[in-house]
Amino acid sequence: MSEIGVGHYLTLSAVLFTIGVIGVLTRKNAIIVFMAIEIMLNAANLAFVTFAMSIGDLGGLVMVLFVIAVAAAEAAVGLAIIVAMYRHRETVNVEAFTAMRG
Amino acid sequence: MTGVAIAFWVLAVVAVLCSLLVVTSRNPVASVLYLVVTFFCLAGLFVTLHSHFLAAIQVIVYAGAIMVLFLFVVMLLNLGTPQWFDVATTPLTAVALVLGVGFVAALAAAGLGDFEPSVVGPAAGVPPDVLGSTEAIATALYSAYYLPFLVTALLLLVAMVGAVVLARRER
Repeated sequence: MSEIGVGHYLTLSAVLFTIGVIGVLTRKNAIIVFMAIEIMLNAANLAFVTFAMSIGDLGGLVMVLFVIAVAAAEAAVGLAIIVAMYRHRETVNVEAFTAMRG
Repeated sequence: MTGVAIAFWVLAVVAVLCSLLVVTSRNPVASVLYLVVTFFCLAGLFVTLHSHFLAAIQVIVYAGAIMVLFLFVVMLLNLGTPQWFDVATTPLTAVALVLGVGFVAALAAAGLGDFEPSVVGPAAGVPPDVLGSTEAIATALYSAYYLPFLVTALLLLVAMVGAVVLARRER
């Protein structure tokens, strides 16, 4: 209990990822769905750093930088899409976004 | 308990509580602020893992840039007050909750808490303070990973142009 190991960090990462998944599946506000995705990306980053430091591989640390860059790009484009959809529908409810339904 | 252990438990509990508040809060502005706290906790956890450079990047890019973007959109669209009951009330929601909690329980039962990796990396003997330093990451980024680094720059340019085109008002 007093010694913090790899397992503690990985368990925390799994818990945060699950909270993110639950957020994506249960919320209808598109912005909160986006924030839940950011929580999932952060949980993955935590697992990357944990493994990189424990086995001694710099690749994991560099990958976190790429994940953060992709998350920034994703947030910019995603929020622009939300703004554009809000102009058309006057709402950010994901259930109203049915334009691409087959 | 050592200092690192105390820091881990405090940061872990605050991170889990705040991320739960992010996905359960009805007010999007409150969600954004709880998310900032979660990101600061993860930066602190990176510090406990001796990865100081990534902790700084986490605070600057996530808690700084990305969160300001979120807050901007929430304010711009005037979503400060909850306008509808936005929790999905389909049977799938209950299934999601049960499967999510079951996933964590299954991982805990499988012994994730005592997991120790058996793989040995290329820099296995290096002390963690040297491995997580800015110098080590920069050396890797500008030598072995220089092509992905350049592609990331291109991706950010494309995302910037895409965001401007998408959010522009059509005439």
